[in-house]
Amino acid sequence: MTVLAATETVGNPLANIGIFALFVVITLFVVIKASKKNQTADQFFTGGRSFSGPQNGIAIAGDYLSAASFLGIAGAIAVYGYDGFLYSIGFLVAWLVALLLVAELLRNTGRFTMADVLSFRLKQRPVRMAAATSTLTVSLFYLLAQMAGAGGLVALLLDIKSKSGQSIVIAVVGILMIVYVLVGGMKGTTWVQIIKAVLLIAGAAIMTVMVLAKFGLNFSEILGSAQTAISGSTDKAVAARDVLAPGAQYGGSVTSQINFLSLALALVLGTAGLPHVLMRFYTVPTAKEARRSVVWAIALIGAFYLFTLVLGYGAAALVGPDRILAAAGGQNSAAPLLAFELGGVILLGVISAVAFATILAVVAGLTITASASFAHDVYASVLKSHQVTEDEQVRVSRITAVVLGVLAIGLGILANGQNIAFLVALAFAIAAAANLPTIVYSLYWKRFNTRGALWSMYGGLISTLVLIVFSPAVSGAKTAMIPGVDFAWFPLANPGIVSIPLAFVLGIIGTVTSKVPGDPTLDAEMEVRSLTGVGAEKAVAH
Amino acid sequence: MPTTDRPPANTAQQFLDMQASPEFQELRTRLRRFVFPMTAIFLVWYATYVLLGAFAHDFMATAVFGNVNVGLLIGLGQFVSTFVITGLYVRFANRELDPRAAAIRAEMEGTER
Repeated sequence: MTVLAATETVGNPLANIGIFALFVVITLFVVIKASKKNQTADQFFTGGRSFSGPQNGIAIAGDYLSAASFLGIAGAIAVYGYDGFLYSIGFLVAWLVALLLVAELLRNTGRFTMADVLSFRLKQRPVRMAAATSTLTVSLFYLLAQMAGAGGLVALLLDIKSKSGQSIVIAVVGILMIVYVLVGGMKGTTWVQIIKAVLLIAGAAIMTVMVLAKFGLNFSEILGSAQTAISGSTDKAVAARDVLAPGAQYGGSVTSQINFLSLALALVLGTAGLPHVLMRFYTVPTAKEARRSVVWAIALIGAFYLFTLVLGYGAAALVGPDRILAAAGGQNSAAPLLAFELGGVILLGVISAVAFATILAVVAGLTITASASFAHDVYASVLKSHQVTEDEQVRVSRITAVVLGVLAIGLGILANGQNIAFLVALAFAIAAAANLPTIVYSLYWKRFNTRGALWSMYGGLISTLVLIVFSPAVSGAKTAMIPGVDFAWFPLANPGIVSIPLAFVLGIIGTVTSKVPGDPTLDAEMEVRSLTGVGAEKAVAH
Repeated sequence: MPTTDRPPANTAQQFLDMQASPEFQELRTRLRRFVFPMTAIFLVWYATYVLLGAFAHDFMATAVFGNVNVGLLIGLGQFVSTFVITGLYVRFANRELDPRAAAIRAEMEGTER
């Protein structure tokens, strides 16, 4: 991403930093308060399962509405119009998969991680290992996307243009995240998500009302002004776009259309396979509360995406495409520029702080998930054959969190400037291919067995990664990660349309070719537990 | 001494018996009869939308009123359908699933002590 000469000084960097610092102080206070009881594994990994459905629903929204959602989607709508809207629909509809097929059964069956459910009636070690591998991979890509986003954001909001300055900010984000996770555990992290979600959704709602008010509550007029502003762009390619219809971003060729289908598939099937989303279902006391969580999450996330629709077109109409594209951070700057246009320094400061808080909260959620999976699945089950105390699992998890945090800082600095939306889409594609088929099969298909699970998980994971490496996203295109060389032979930037069906098919082939019979008693126990909640983990009494 | 998986409070035989029991089969059938068709419906509806978005630009650009076109209405329709299906499922689960699951839970956890 080339940073054009930033002609625009946006707001007051000191105000932006100040409001963000206030957020950090408040959340740290909450985290420390929440950490009083953080000794047992149940408390560290699940917050004692004591959150209510609505609380967890808000936290899920906080986890899910990442910087890519907020800045990325509003920006894509502002610049490409309708095609940006398509993203948000995939992200929302995906929640029905989680609600109808996964959330409650997962809550009833598992304890700390996704692998608890997947390995329930299969061979523990290999399945846990596979599930942990894909959990760590998905979390790492998602983490990378957030950290890379932080770099672009500081360029715009704190007026820090040097790469070294941005690197320092990325490091600060990483260190804060480590502190949240170490001190607060799942409980502290959840409260950070809740605070952030409330601020983000409230901020977006206020901006939406202000935009609507400017146009006399007439949405059609916003659309008209947005199209007029786009058509008036000095960039001929931008001016030619019809932003009210699909096709501005993905309409160019058959390849880009198929690319779009591939992305749409990964978005809708990826959510219910994201490990940090799945782990949130363990923070509530019962399956019914898990259901309520998803309902709250769907309501909040749906409302938020409707706001971004107004904000995106509003930014096109009020700020204009030329100013957005010329700002440091490119299209990601649409929402902050709109905030400045509407409410000056204060509103921009609030929105900037919220955007930072978003990154911070999401990376904290990812880190606790990944470190729990390492401690619980890899360390305790695979390496130590369950011969570890829970305290030791927590200790290993804390160490893992620090290692992951340091890794994320390093990789985030390297990835600074990469396309955030692409990295997030990639994480969704891996989640949809490597995790979702096995989750669905193990919950609903009696015959499903270990070989099916391993083939599906590793097949989905490896095929996604291989296709990505040989895609135009990595080499052979102007926007590629490694420009200048060309070893791409796979035409699509998003591999989901190949790797997701492949993983589903591999699960079936692996299952039917395996002669190892399933254990009918484990199957009975899993099915009865998953549907009724018999023997499910209870909330920790305080 | 496994620390990650607590031994089940119920015996394997109890789970096998429960799985085979008519009341459990009833719960299972009701869940699947609701969840599978509903999943198919929203996936087909989403696929329709995505395919129209990818290949039928002109149709999606058809103006309906003011600057609002078919594409925007179908897109907003995805929001509406998501909210409606969520509502239907919650009502169904509260009425049909929860009481049955609670009865089975009481039966199994009650026989224990």
